[in-house]
Amino acid sequence: MRRHLPFVGIAFLLVSLIACPLFVDAYYTGLLTLILIFAVFAMSLDILQGFMGLPSLGHAAFWGTSAYVVAILNVKIFKGCHFGVELPAAILAAALVAAVLGLIVLRSRGTYFMMILVASSMMLWGIAFKWRSLTGGDDGLPGVSRPDLGFLGLDLGKTTHYYYFVLLFFALSALLMYLVVRSPFGRTLLGIRESETRMAALGYHVWLQKYVAFIVSAVFAGLAGMFMAYYNGYVSPSELHLVTSAEALIMVTLGGAGTLFGPAIGAVVIILIKNIVSAYTEHWMIILGVIYMVTVMLAPEGVYSLLERSLRKGAKT
Amino acid sequence: MPLLSVQNLSKHFGGLHAVEDVSFNVEPGERLAIIGPNGAGKTTLFELLSGTLLPSRGRIHAFGKEITTWAAHRRVSLGIGRTFQITNLFFNLTVLDNLLLALGTEGAVRFDLLRPMSSYHRLYEKGREILNRWNLWERRNVPVRSLSYGEQRLLEITLTLSQDRPLLLLDEPTCGLSPDEAKNFVSMIRSFPRDITILLIDHDMDVVSEIAERIMVLHFGRVMALGPPEEVRRNPRVQEIYTGRGYEPA
Repeated sequence: MRRHLPFVGIAFLLVSLIACPLFVDAYYTGLLTLILIFAVFAMSLDILQGFMGLPSLGHAAFWGTSAYVVAILNVKIFKGCHFGVELPAAILAAALVAAVLGLIVLRSRGTYFMMILVASSMMLWGIAFKWRSLTGGDDGLPGVSRPDLGFLGLDLGKTTHYYYFVLLFFALSALLMYLVVRSPFGRTLLGIRESETRMAALGYHVWLQKYVAFIVSAVFAGLAGMFMAYYNGYVSPSELHLVTSAEALIMVTLGGAGTLFGPAIGAVVIILIKNIVSAYTEHWMIILGVIYMVTVMLAPEGVYSLLERSLRKGAKT
Repeated sequence: MPLLSVQNLSKHFGGLHAVEDVSFNVEPGERLAIIGPNGAGKTTLFELLSGTLLPSRGRIHAFGKEITTWAAHRRVSLGIGRTFQITNLFFNLTVLDNLLLALGTEGAVRFDLLRPMSSYHRLYEKGREILNRWNLWERRNVPVRSLSYGEQRLLEITLTLSQDRPLLLLDEPTCGLSPDEAKNFVSMIRSFPRDITILLIDHDMDVVSEIAERIMVLHFGRVMALGPPEEVRRNPRVQEIYTGRGYEPA
């Protein structure tokens, strides 16, 4: 029975997610959509932070670049959504930015890695802010239209339909990332986290493993960014800002780095606080701060490990 | 042709000459021990041979290729395996996962992003066979950080041996082992087939004399003596270092 527990859990979660829009109003369905998008973003960061041991404060670079590429194609070039072009463009843009940045940042580790990434992602923010003719500057790019899936009987303009579209994307991304971290390649990332020198001594080209992981992680972040652009119908420089990167980092740390699904829980917590608590008080950041500190002090491995442990205890007794 | 050939190798850290003008050859199948007091440059020499450090001067040839400036992982692929003096393992992973990382270095495996590791039955079988041989199979699901120090040292060596590299650099493999464990280790090294060539750093003259055909004594980065154990033992300058008399920098 215990062996099947994870599958039962996943099935239960999926069914609940599918059923959710039937029980909550459009506002909460929209919020759930946002959570799923950020969950993918945070999980993609976990590949770097939790599995490879390289916490990043520049993950918004991939998320934001893809969002902008989609928005520019959508608003400036097609004057409408060409999903068949925008999807590969979003993937390519994130991969390209990662391929270039990776050449620079993967030579360093720890604080240096973080700072160089902050600087590079803020450079992209600067470009988005200044290149008014292309990006709309600080006004951003409004009017990003969602893909037309009318032939499937879906109207993505509707909150519920878009939610299911994002849910599909979330499920596929989660599955793919799960496969990646369980694969032999995923194991090499754990090895790198534990000891780079030993990995090299075993014959691994450590840099190349990191480079591939960096690009894979960026692609998922970029995909999430694309869904964010469709969700908001609007892209602004804040998508590239340090604050967006930091949000993802907090989601991963809060949920549990190196657990892959933990960061999704982190996304739930933070998006809910941000959107619900902020309705009551403008000081919602204080509440987030307190929750973050309490988690880091009482459950430094994150909420996910806490849940897992108590579930296991429950299964034993 | 020697399997490993080192010519005039030097490594300077600022004014410190950690390794200075070291030259020697190692023939295929030979067991060469490197001894010397602390700070003699033994480990630095290994770092140069394994590619963790690049030399200030000199050249290294192995398996007929010049590898002086090769990256560490390329040297491993060429056939040079190493162990570490300070235990260097994947401490938060299980014993089996540690070994699977050592076994999965082939290109096709390391870049497989989608198949689960557990579907590599060939690697699992090999892993089981190796862990059984070293009495570690029972401990396969234990995180390495929870192993005893002796078990960690054993795994340290097992990871490297499992890869079947023809040239091994063993950096104080008996360091921290009990006399019994050390004895077991010596008999294990002696039982190795002759197609494996071994360079071994150790402090213990007895361990070294049992394993090695030749001993190289390093002192302040320089080769002070190189020859069969009896000859090195009789060398008056080596005796001086080891009895602590007449300590003079070269």
